[in-house]
Amino acid sequence: MRPNIKEGILRRLSKIAVVALIASMTLTGCGKDDNKASTGDGANASKDVCQSATGTGPKVGLAFDVGGAGDRSFNDSAIVGMQKAADDLGATCISATPGSATESDEDRAERLRTLADQGYNPVIGIGFIYSVAMNTVAAEFPETNFAVIDGFDPDTKPNANVAYLGFAEQQGSYLVGVAAALKTKSKTVGFVGGTRGDLIKKFEAGYTAGVKSVDKNIKVLVTYLTEDPNDGATGFQNPSGGKVAAEGQLDKGADVIYHASGKSGNGVFEAVTAAGDGKFAIGVDSDQYLTASADEQPHILTSMLKRVDVATFNMIKSVADGSPLTSYTTYDLAQDGVGYATSGGFVDDISAQLDEAAAKIKSGEIKVPDKP
Amino acid sequence: MAQRPTNLARRAGLGLIAPALALVIAAALSSLLLVSTGDDVGGFWTTLTTKPENRNIVNILNYGLVLYLSGIAAAIGFRMNLFNIGVEGQYRIGAFVAAVVAGEAWLPGKANIVLAVLAAMVAAGLWAGIAGLLRVTRGVSEVISTIMLNAIAGLLVGYFVQKVGVSTGVSRSTKAIPEESWVGGIKLFDGVPTQLFGLALLAPVVGVVYYVVLNKTRFGFNLRASGASETAAVASGVDVKRMIIVSMVFSGVIAGLIGMPTLFGSAHNYGSSFQTGIGFAGIAVALLGRNHPIGIAFAALVFSFLQDRAGLLNILAGISPEIVAVTQGIIVLAVVIAYEIVRRYRANLERAHVAQQVEEVRA
Repeated sequence: MRPNIKEGILRRLSKIAVVALIASMTLTGCGKDDNKASTGDGANASKDVCQSATGTGPKVGLAFDVGGAGDRSFNDSAIVGMQKAADDLGATCISATPGSATESDEDRAERLRTLADQGYNPVIGIGFIYSVAMNTVAAEFPETNFAVIDGFDPDTKPNANVAYLGFAEQQGSYLVGVAAALKTKSKTVGFVGGTRGDLIKKFEAGYTAGVKSVDKNIKVLVTYLTEDPNDGATGFQNPSGGKVAAEGQLDKGADVIYHASGKSGNGVFEAVTAAGDGKFAIGVDSDQYLTASADEQPHILTSMLKRVDVATFNMIKSVADGSPLTSYTTYDLAQDGVGYATSGGFVDDISAQLDEAAAKIKSGEIKVPDKP
Repeated sequence: MAQRPTNLARRAGLGLIAPALALVIAAALSSLLLVSTGDDVGGFWTTLTTKPENRNIVNILNYGLVLYLSGIAAAIGFRMNLFNIGVEGQYRIGAFVAAVVAGEAWLPGKANIVLAVLAAMVAAGLWAGIAGLLRVTRGVSEVISTIMLNAIAGLLVGYFVQKVGVSTGVSRSTKAIPEESWVGGIKLFDGVPTQLFGLALLAPVVGVVYYVVLNKTRFGFNLRASGASETAAVASGVDVKRMIIVSMVFSGVIAGLIGMPTLFGSAHNYGSSFQTGIGFAGIAVALLGRNHPIGIAFAALVFSFLQDRAGLLNILAGISPEIVAVTQGIIVLAVVIAYEIVRRYRANLERAHVAQQVEEVRA
C-alpha cells in the first residue's frame, strides 16, 4: 500500500503545482515589474500626459506592447515625444496597453481599430509588433493616419496612410561602441540584447564594429536574454534576467556593458552598480542617466539615443500640418535620429574621437554593418 | 421512493449552484480589487455588460474557438490524470511546422492546406509523445517534462525561424503561404471588417469527436478508467503504459490544430507577432470547463470575452489591462473554490441521507 499512498500524495502535489502554474501563467505580464523604486514612474507619466493634455490639436492614439510605459527606455521615449506634441501643438492623447502576454495580431488590430473608431488620428503603434495588425486596420480606416515605430510593411501592397518610422540603430550603437572601447581597462566589454531578432542584431552589429574600430583585440561578450523571438516578455520585461546576464559578463571580466533590452536593462544597471567603481553600463533609446537612481548614475557611461520621441513628435506634427508622413522614414545620425548622450560628463574627455567617428559615418566614409 | 424526484431536483440545483456561486465570488472579488486599486468600478461593469459590437462578436468567437481547441487538448490529458502542461509547446511546434510546409507549397492549392494541417498534427503529436515516452520508460513526471519541452519548443522554433526565415528588416518569419492556399473567412455580419476563421470550424468537430471517443468507445472507457484509478484499470486488463503514450500523443495532435485557424485565416506565416500563450490559457479553460466538451466551450467563450473586453476596458474605462488579466485568474480560482464547496456540501448531504436510511431500516 505504501507506494500507492506516496503516489497519491505526489499526484495531489502535482495537482497543486499545476494550479499554481496556471495562476502564474495566466497572469504573465503582471509579475515582471521592476520592484525597485524608480525615479521616473513612466506608467503614471503616460497617464499624466494623456490626462493633463487639454489642447485642441490632434487626438493621438498610442498603442503600446505588453509592459508599455514605464520602461525608462523605448516606450518612455515615445511618451516624451507625445509630451512635446501636447506642449507645442496642443495635442491630446490616449494610451492603450495589453494586459496579458497572450496577444494575437487580431487583438492588436482590435486595439488599433478601437482607437481609430474613437476618432483618434494619428494612431501610433509603438514597436514593430504592430506592423501586421496595422496593415489590416489601415485599409479599414483610409481617413486615419497610422504610424509604426520600427515598423515594416508585411506584404507587397503599399499602404497610403501608414508611416513606417525606422532608425539606423547600428550607427548610434557604433558610437557607444567606440566609447566603450576607449573606456574599458580590462579590454573586455559586453552586450546584452533582449530577443535575438534582426532588430536587436542591428544594435549588436554596430556596437561590435565600433569597439573593433578602436582596438581589434578588445573582446565583446554577447548575451541575448532569449533565443525565442516571440518571447518579448523574457527579452524586454525581465530585469532579473538582465541582471543575471550582466553579472555573468562582469564575472568574465567585462567592465563596460551596453544593453538593448528595454526594461530588462534596469537589471543590467543594478548589476553594474553592485559591481562597484570602474564598471559602467551604457543605456539605450532614452538618455537613461536621467531616469537612473542616484546610486546608478555614476555607472551610466552614456546612452545610445534612439529618438523615438522625435519620430513620434514628427508624425503628430505632420498630421497637424495636414501633410501626414507615409511610407518609410529612416532616422539616422545625419538627421539626429540616433546619437549618444553626454549626461554625467563621463564621455567629455573622448568627445573628439566620438565626434570624428560621427562625422565619418555621416560622410559615408564609415559604413556601419547592420548584421553581426 | 417518494424521495427520488426531490433528490433529482436537488442534484440539478446543486449542479447550477456551483457556476452561479463562482460568478458571484468572482464578481465580488473583482469589484473589491477595483475599489482597492482606485479604478472605476462602474465603468468596469458598464463596459462588461454592454453588448459587444458585431466585429467584437466575431473576434470573441474566433479566439473562443481557438481556445476551445486548446482546452480540449489539455482536457484529453486531464481525463487520463495526465497533466499535459505542454500544450503551449506542442501548439508552437505544430504552427511552425504547418507554416513551413504550407509556405514551401509542395502541393498546389487546397491540397497544400491538408498536407500542412496533417504535418502540424503529426509534429505536435510526436512532440507530446516524448513526454509520454519519458513517463512510461523512465518514470519522469509529465508535468516536469512538458514544462521543459515547452521551453525547448520555443527556443527550437525561434532558432529555425532565424535560420530559414525571411527577414522583414526588423524581424523574421517563415515564407508566406501562397494566396491560393489561404482559407477564406466566413462572413457573419455585413459591413464588418472581421470574419470568422474558416478553420475555426475544426473546433466543434474536435469537440464532437472528443465527446464520442471518450464516452462511446472502448478506448474512451480505458482512458477514463486509467484516469480514475490506475490499479483498477490494470486489474481489468487495460495496458496503462500504452494508454499514457497514446493519450499524450492525442493531446498533442489536437494541440497541433490550435494554430491552424489563425495561420491560414489571417497570419499566413509564422513570425514574431504570432500569438503565444494559448496553450497555457487552454489549461485554465479545461479546468474551468471541468473537462466537459460543453463546459469547455463556455469557459473558452468567457476567456475570449474577457480578452476582447480588456482592450475596451483599457481604452474606454481607463482600467489597467493587468486588472483584466487578474480577473481571469480570479474566475479560475472562484470556480475551483465553488466546486469544492459544492462537492463537500453534496458529500455531507449524501452521508446524512445514507445515515437516515440506515436508521429507517433499523427502526
